[in-house]
Amino acid sequence: MAKILMKGNEAIGEGAVRAGCRYFFGYPITPQSELPHYLAKRMPEVGGLYLQAESEVASINMVFGAAGAGARVMTSSSGPGISLMQEGISYLAGAELPCVIVNMIRGGPGLGNIAPAQSDYFQATKGGGHGDYRLIVLAPASVQEIIDLMQDAFDLSDKYRNPVMLMGDGVLGQMMEPVEIGAERKAELPEKPWAATGRLKGKEKKLINSLYIVPENCEAHNLKLDKKYSGIKEAEQRWEEYRTEGAEMVLVAFGTSARICKSVVDICREEGLPVGLLRPITLWPFPEKGINGLIESVKSFLTVEMNMGQMIEDVKLSANGKKPVFFYGRAGGMIPVARDIYNEVKKILNGGAA
Amino acid sequence: MYEGILIAGFGGQGVLSTGQLLAYSGMVEGRHVAWIPSYGPEMRGGTANCGVTIADNPISSPVVSEPTVLITMNRPSLEKFEKVVVPGGIIFVNSSLVNIKAARSDVRAFYIPANDMAEEIGSGKVANNIILGALIELTGVVSTGAVEKSLYEVLPPHRHNMIPVNLKALEAGAGLAREQKGTLAEVG
Repeated sequence: MAKILMKGNEAIGEGAVRAGCRYFFGYPITPQSELPHYLAKRMPEVGGLYLQAESEVASINMVFGAAGAGARVMTSSSGPGISLMQEGISYLAGAELPCVIVNMIRGGPGLGNIAPAQSDYFQATKGGGHGDYRLIVLAPASVQEIIDLMQDAFDLSDKYRNPVMLMGDGVLGQMMEPVEIGAERKAELPEKPWAATGRLKGKEKKLINSLYIVPENCEAHNLKLDKKYSGIKEAEQRWEEYRTEGAEMVLVAFGTSARICKSVVDICREEGLPVGLLRPITLWPFPEKGINGLIESVKSFLTVEMNMGQMIEDVKLSANGKKPVFFYGRAGGMIPVARDIYNEVKKILNGGAA
Repeated sequence: MYEGILIAGFGGQGVLSTGQLLAYSGMVEGRHVAWIPSYGPEMRGGTANCGVTIADNPISSPVVSEPTVLITMNRPSLEKFEKVVVPGGIIFVNSSLVNIKAARSDVRAFYIPANDMAEEIGSGKVANNIILGALIELTGVVSTGAVEKSLYEVLPPHRHNMIPVNLKALEAGAGLAREQKGTLAEVG
């Protein structure tokens, strides 16, 4: 299979089309605008619909409508736009509607800048919108993985009737890398008997709703959701381990920072330093099984993020006080440099950090 | 093998597509490659640059912050990026448009009147490939054959009539590099 060179943002679009997504609603924002640009051309080619909404708030509610009718549907944005969508995301989670939301994170808070960042980890994994809900959050680290995970994103969202967020950043969106995309196949879409597609004579009423006005009913709904989330936590944790065999220190990083940490691991191993990497692929559910598998053999963890320390909380919860968890981060659109992370590793290994 | 190549110039000089051609050629040769543009809030007529990484090992960050090779198609690019080139690296200066010299003595600088040479060949549009030819000659990062193959993929079909003049440009750049190579003092 021949490889082609593809931009990350375009790969999201092509991955979505190949996964059978035929509806895109969105509003442009850097650094993900190549994605709507790509789908504006691509969707009509496959009989799909591309629509630029008047705002992010409108986009996410259009997603709600299409998802309620049983369509494979997505939207995309970056930090500020995703913030505007939070009400709709909470409604989608409450009404248990499958959809895919892409966030190519930029520097924040506020208007911030358009440079790559990972500072929306909390927003994606801990809520963001109101109420007791969870998103499945996927974090690819290469253009090839973007294509592969888009298929999984739609499948997981249908399987669990839950919104899925794919999180990248400006680097992953803007960069070109070789990808293998294979021949186009007809996507297999599951039956959605719950979809509100019109009440044919005599059939049961189908209602898409997140309103449970009686507290007893709303609690029951929350318990039902919680059971679903527990099942997801049990079944869907994903991570990659890189050179963790015999590692005394394990770096924990996702997406772009994980790529950089891989080269840090290589530098360390060349010098005989026993360092490895755990790369979460699902940010929610966080791969605590991965951390637990290493907890006895490693002496410490170093979490590396393009923010001031967000995922570190999940690493600490997973380590549960058994091993120290250190942090190194760059923020505001800055990208960590391998040499600086290496120096941090050396400092910790020499007992220089508290 | 690792080359981090930064290509910089004015918007419209084709630096982004030259970078894509180079990345594509690296892919054709079975290397790991990555291409990334500067996507800051740029002005029309402002500077544009892209980083191309070609390596034997998987590429960690595609951002080329410490280039082994710098191509400067205009003066602001040389002034801005000269200082980040690794010691022992190579700087290509488009001397048709850049009327200053590189200030550093720990890098190798090649001065190539790319626009003038391209005009002589028959198209000012292929100035970038004059320098690309010199780059390939000096570093061997990709083969001319891979670039030729990639031209068919990167250029849209209605531009394939430009492939012969592009190949001529690559050869002219390579020839000039061969001449200059002998006259350059070794740097440490």
